[in-house]
Amino acid sequence: MTAARYAIGFVLSLILSLAAYYYVVLGGSGTWFLVILGVLAVTQMIVQLIFFLHLGDEVGPRYRLMSFAFMLIILLVVVVGSLWVMVNMNYHMMDMTPTEKTDYMLIQYDKGF
Amino acid sequence: MSEAVKEKELFSRTTIGFWLYLMTDCVLFASLFVTFAVLRTATAGGATSQELFELPTALLETIILLTSSYVCGLALLAIHNKRVKQLVWGLVATFILGAAFLAIELREFALLASEGHDWTQSAFLSSFFTLVGTHGLHILVGLIWLLVIFFVLRSRGLTEKLRRQITLFGLFWHFLDLVWIFIFTTVYLIGGTQ
Repeated sequence: MTAARYAIGFVLSLILSLAAYYYVVLGGSGTWFLVILGVLAVTQMIVQLIFFLHLGDEVGPRYRLMSFAFMLIILLVVVVGSLWVMVNMNYHMMDMTPTEKTDYMLIQYDKGF
Repeated sequence: MSEAVKEKELFSRTTIGFWLYLMTDCVLFASLFVTFAVLRTATAGGATSQELFELPTALLETIILLTSSYVCGLALLAIHNKRVKQLVWGLVATFILGAAFLAIELREFALLASEGHDWTQSAFLSSFFTLVGTHGLHILVGLIWLLVIFFVLRSRGLTEKLRRQITLFGLFWHFLDLVWIFIFTTVYLIGGTQ
């Protein structure tokens, strides 16, 4: 833990935030839009985990790293699972009127599990 | 076991316990993030995310919080070197920057609400206020925690217990900055333009 490491983390985070901001403000769009922003955010997360939260410095059993990895698995299940289910449902129900939606839901309910 | 070894073990145990709390908080934020992502287009005929969010304000908030996190890190260094003056100034700067961040966020909330875009308008705004508001609430708790640290520091000086407390506060504060990166990206950068 030295002042230099905090400074490196700070400058890298600042550059990554500004990069994401100017990419969006200067009109970034298209298929790569989400990928580029996602990569910038995840890179900044890794930078801060290493330089601010010192996740790499642990010695002995790396409990913090292990619990972090476990949290990431839960997080992925929650995020990807919810998006998958909800986008799929919206896709199948997008052309329906509210009445049709209600009827469709009732039919699905009657089918049971 | 010598006193120093005992202290070190207590320190690492406390840190791991607090770290586990932070991980569960991550899962809480993940569920709020995905709620926002799912409901972002559910505007019920009201204002959309592209019309409401101001990117320059969000960038300003990002820079303020990042600087605050960095200054807090410098204060933590001062603990290990036992430089009390540097520690106090670092924590004061952290507090001021944190309070500035919260003030800007509340101003944004008040502005939205005064234009009629409050959390009752649509599912999109409900999820927005819940996600960003929960983060703001964490910041508020962090600021109160800092006040308690200042109080104890004044009355009892820099004890071993307080040193542990300040280290945990540092973890909490860095963690909040980490969560904000994703709010900045998903809510403001993606929600504000796409």
